[in-house]
Amino acid sequence: MIHSLFLINASGDIFLEKHWKSVVSRSVCDYFFEALERATEPENVPPVIPTPHHFLINVLRHRIYFVAVIQSEVPPLFVIEFLHRVVDTFQDYFGVCTEAAIKDNVVVVYELLEEMLDNGFPLATESNILKELIKPPTILRTVVNTITGSTNVGEQLPTGQLSVVPWRRTGVKYTNNEAYFDVVEEIDAIIDKSGSTITAEIQGVVDACVKLTGMPDLTLSFMNPRLLDDVSFHPCVRFKRWEAERILSFIPPDGNFRLLSYHVSSQNLVAIPVYVKHNISFREGSSQGRFELTLGPKQTMGKAVESVLVSSQLPRGVLNANLNPSQGTYTFDPVTKLLSWDVGKINPQKLPSLKGSMSLQTGASKPDENPTINIQFKIQQLAISGLKVNRLDMYGEKYKPFKGIKYMTKAGKFQVRT
Amino acid sequence: MIHLIMDTFLRYLKEREQEQLVKILSFMFYIFRHDDLKEMLDSNKDSLKLEAMKRIVAMIARGKNTSDLFPAVVKNVACKNIEVKKLVYVYLVRYAEEQQDLALLSISTFQRGLKDPNQLIRASALRVLSSIRVTIIVPIMMLAIKEAASDMSPYVRKTAAHAIPKLHSLDPEQKDQLIEVIEKLLADKTTLVAGSVVMAFEEVCPDRIDLIHKNYRKLCNLLIDVEEWGQVVIINMLTRYARTQFLNPNINESLLEDSSEKAFYASDDEEDEDKKAEAAALVKRKPYVMDPDHRLLLRNTKPLLQSRNAAVVMAVAQLYFHLAPKAEVGIIAKALVRLMRSHSEVQYVVLQNVATMTIKRRGMFEPYLKSFYIRSTDPTQIKILKLEVLTNLANETNISTILREFQTYIKSMDKDFVAASIQAIGRCATNIGEVRDTCLNGLVQLLSNRDELVVAESVVVIKKLLQMQPEQHSDIIKHMAKLIDNIQVPMARASILWLIGEYCEHVPKIAPDVLRKMAKTFTNEEDIVKLQIINLAAKLYLTNSKQTKLLTQYVLNLAKYDQNYDIRDRARFIRQLIVPTDKSGALSKYAKKLFLALKPAPVLESPFKDRDHFQLGSLSHLLNAKAGGYQELPEWPESAPDPSVRNVEVKDSVCARRTVLTGKAVKNQKSSSESESESESSESEDESEEESEEESESDTNIRKKKTIAPSGSIKMYELLHRITGEGLAVEYCFSRQPFSPDPNMVAVQIQFTNNTNSETKNLHIEEPRLQSGMRIREFAEIEVLAAGESVTVVMGIDFCDSTQAANFQLKDLKFSLAFNLTKRCFLSLFTGKLMGMNEISEKLTLGEKCVNEHVIVERVTATANLSRVPCGSDKECRFAGKTVSSGCLVLVTVTTKEGGRAQLTVNCEKMVIGTMLVKDIMQALSQ
Repeated sequence: MIHSLFLINASGDIFLEKHWKSVVSRSVCDYFFEALERATEPENVPPVIPTPHHFLINVLRHRIYFVAVIQSEVPPLFVIEFLHRVVDTFQDYFGVCTEAAIKDNVVVVYELLEEMLDNGFPLATESNILKELIKPPTILRTVVNTITGSTNVGEQLPTGQLSVVPWRRTGVKYTNNEAYFDVVEEIDAIIDKSGSTITAEIQGVVDACVKLTGMPDLTLSFMNPRLLDDVSFHPCVRFKRWEAERILSFIPPDGNFRLLSYHVSSQNLVAIPVYVKHNISFREGSSQGRFELTLGPKQTMGKAVESVLVSSQLPRGVLNANLNPSQGTYTFDPVTKLLSWDVGKINPQKLPSLKGSMSLQTGASKPDENPTINIQFKIQQLAISGLKVNRLDMYGEKYKPFKGIKYMTKAGKFQVRT
Repeated sequence: MIHLIMDTFLRYLKEREQEQLVKILSFMFYIFRHDDLKEMLDSNKDSLKLEAMKRIVAMIARGKNTSDLFPAVVKNVACKNIEVKKLVYVYLVRYAEEQQDLALLSISTFQRGLKDPNQLIRASALRVLSSIRVTIIVPIMMLAIKEAASDMSPYVRKTAAHAIPKLHSLDPEQKDQLIEVIEKLLADKTTLVAGSVVMAFEEVCPDRIDLIHKNYRKLCNLLIDVEEWGQVVIINMLTRYARTQFLNPNINESLLEDSSEKAFYASDDEEDEDKKAEAAALVKRKPYVMDPDHRLLLRNTKPLLQSRNAAVVMAVAQLYFHLAPKAEVGIIAKALVRLMRSHSEVQYVVLQNVATMTIKRRGMFEPYLKSFYIRSTDPTQIKILKLEVLTNLANETNISTILREFQTYIKSMDKDFVAASIQAIGRCATNIGEVRDTCLNGLVQLLSNRDELVVAESVVVIKKLLQMQPEQHSDIIKHMAKLIDNIQVPMARASILWLIGEYCEHVPKIAPDVLRKMAKTFTNEEDIVKLQIINLAAKLYLTNSKQTKLLTQYVLNLAKYDQNYDIRDRARFIRQLIVPTDKSGALSKYAKKLFLALKPAPVLESPFKDRDHFQLGSLSHLLNAKAGGYQELPEWPESAPDPSVRNVEVKDSVCARRTVLTGKAVKNQKSSSESESESESSESEDESEEESEEESESDTNIRKKKTIAPSGSIKMYELLHRITGEGLAVEYCFSRQPFSPDPNMVAVQIQFTNNTNSETKNLHIEEPRLQSGMRIREFAEIEVLAAGESVTVVMGIDFCDSTQAANFQLKDLKFSLAFNLTKRCFLSLFTGKLMGMNEISEKLTLGEKCVNEHVIVERVTATANLSRVPCGSDKECRFAGKTVSSGCLVLVTVTTKEGGRAQLTVNCEKMVIGTMLVKDIMQALSQ
């Protein structure tokens, strides 16, 4: 299926190659570079590029292109999903997935790739199994290894591959048994010029960090499971139980994992926590434009809106912006025309605003494009959909685990059109 | 250290840009550096080896050629350090294809691994063995796969399934045998195997749909527990299977749907015909009942829409799209919309598929219309795909919302996207009659846009729209004629002029006036506009020569003296064509036909139309071109094939399975190696001379107390005769298996036979009196040996490569075991190495029976555990081996000469062993 993999950095250097079948010359990447040149933006490279003898399927993550070479029919999503899984694994292992991290750990990377694919078909992609096979590098281990000459490769054989719960390794032991769950919701919205909502959706995830000894069997129940409209689960969740009782029952993997992601049905009215008042205008014949922006909290259920970041792509005609923020700092990049304003926390008593003028190219006609405003924010201790976890129970083990749950709401793709 | 210094030096030089020098120096260093690595690989320290391997792997990763290190690396294939071993595997798989002969040296290690008691080691041995792309080992791979396919461990069977496509790509002639293995593995009932074997099936014999029948229900039921990648492959395969085996669930609806859809677009008379056809079909129609197996598939795949893996969700979605009754297809929409939250590459693929789906089943995605609204931050390719979906979803009820949305898109900064939006508006206008005028008006307004691209695109779209029904839109043409006073964009002016010229008959009064205005400004116009003015003049001259004759003459005269030669040429050409003169050729008669031919209206249809003949979610669908290895999605059959082929008689199969299992168990106990190793070696002898001789290895699954019949080729020696032992007979042999608890030890297999009438108790070893360095690993005490029974145990002795006997006591009997040269068969042959060895040469006369090579090989290998090494001449047989504890190399050459004479040469670092070996082999050969 997957023949080879090339890793290409932002400046177009192939810095890693791996072949699972016979070797494919790296000159095949020339077709990729051609496509890269044609695309105006890095993210506009088509994910699938046909060449005379091969097909190149690529994903772009962390400014690295992961280019897979395939030779015959295979579902493109299969390859794309796998490549993303590779990136996730690297991130899991090295903390970051950058060119430097990959180059520093090239041997571990190679060992991982070797285990993840056999003859181009995925073999072990579950992070628990991989960690049993190849231990992630840590500073302590590197030091110990250099002194004792021991290795990163697991001494015992990975039994997880054989078990019925392949996602959990056996013989897990902790002195402090704890299970934490984060309910994170993201609001995707498009707000039109007049401030009315065109579309708004809530996408949520429940991320877990479970460090429990032995083979615990957990059940997690919600106060209002009907809110969840469309869910996707980690393979550990027993689907039948969810269908019948709307209860999440699972033997958790060890460590961090995404338990479920969900979509809150669009029938429910989505609360929009912030509003934007804006006035961005250009006058015909004048080389000045006006820029005014005010943010305010809307439906926040009494919680504070924090880490607010506003960004906007101004029209090409704008030469510079001379603005005055009431709080926070702003930057304007005259090359990319990207304006970003780091607001911080919104104080309902004193609404943050950004006002000033933009200078335009003299002589040029007024731009007809309207910039859109992208907003990022965070609200702690609130799940905007109203989802609440009812209880978490553990079976199969005798000790009392420490349990915790955290809620958070974030802006997803939150856009205001002007 | 040296290489570090060199590195810095190199870097320094590079900075100085002394390229030529750098090239020469780096080439020299390249050689040195590799020497450095070779030294590290040859060392005895694992840490050095590991460091060397790490450096080599890093070089491979950067795409550097390290093939010259092959011999040095491959020696370490049996290294005890797991990480070194793994890295050697990585290296081996990468370069084996280029260095076929040397790669053969590693094969025996894997063959030994295949017999390991640990299933994971067996699996990994098979995995690497099958990844080495060397054609010579095809028979070995075939055998290994066959054996692994009936392994007790599902994990090993899974690996066997993985190995099938590897072998198939290496040697397609093995297809028939591989299909047998696939058939066997398809019957496997574990989830671990299912995905891998279906993957092998898809790659080797995707057309053998008959193999699936019996396993169909099992696969459906296992599906939810198979790992995610396997799920994708199984679902895709089952989609194809279902298309051949079941009836179209939409057979009734599809007729209705077709006619209603046609009614929307088609002209009236066609509809009548359709109705007739439909009526005929209605008569024939039988009530449709879904096959329960078809239902089973739909039911069991549905929960997988909730998978976290986008590929699985897409696979289920395409299955429902291709197989489900129309009423049920809707459930996939929600899941697909969810995928659009994922990475942009996933979005791209999903949107492509949604675009195809929306053409056939628009209703399905209508509730999710807003999920396809475009954000300014989306990459352009995503925007354009979303636009496509929105256009497909447009209908009478939602068109006003969609158009309002499109209006905001036109103001976007992304000009490619704006152009696409304008085209989308055009398509909406052609598809939905009610909004055609609104769209046209909107587009006409866009003509005054400042961006040339926008104007050009609008004019093109307007042109297309007008071409569809020019007679109704003379007012728009008039409007555009008015616009020409204001619009400055040359492209737009040119387009308007073309329109007026083309439809001058619809605007007979305005057209000459426009020409008049244009004639006035002709000299100041852009070139493309000038060309269109000439065109307009020509067309008007042909239709309305009375009013425009003079104007045309004037324009042509102006053009004749234009600076641009294109325009001058065009003017001359047109004058010749339209103005009749005495010498005018035959062409001028047809001038009107040439200029005012009816031009077909462009068709505005989705590029995704008819893409659904490719299986959705496939690469071919995405590219809209057949990719290699794509399996066509078959059309539904007219009548369903016999459904009973999928029936599995439950009782029978269980019984059969049980017999297979017991058979296997018996075989295992009897030491499967006996029969198999024989067949192996005979096969290899037939195969070719180059092949390294198989080791006669019996099952290494040695547990103490387990009975292992010694293989026939190994000689048994008597340790204790039953008379001296008062009824207890003891025989021993060197089983030539690796002694698993300690690789430095030689496995000695001891067989006790109780010939007395009473039980013998507590057989064990007592106080071994050993020479310095020798060690013994005792066997577990045999508590009871019943009368007439015999039992075999294995003990390990480390002889330290000496020729001394190991003495020990068995209970109260004394024994001494003489050393026999027993080596693990592994070798690395270097001429360079020969230097430090002692060479012993003897001439001998071959025994009467030693007539041919086979016998010689047999004799020599029976005497000592050596392995045959390929060599060029047929008069020479070479063998190599290694002593167990210290790993000294032993090389043996037998050169046959005429008259039954021969020369025997033994090279070995240890002189004593060499001498003993010469003696033994001489004896064996001259018998």
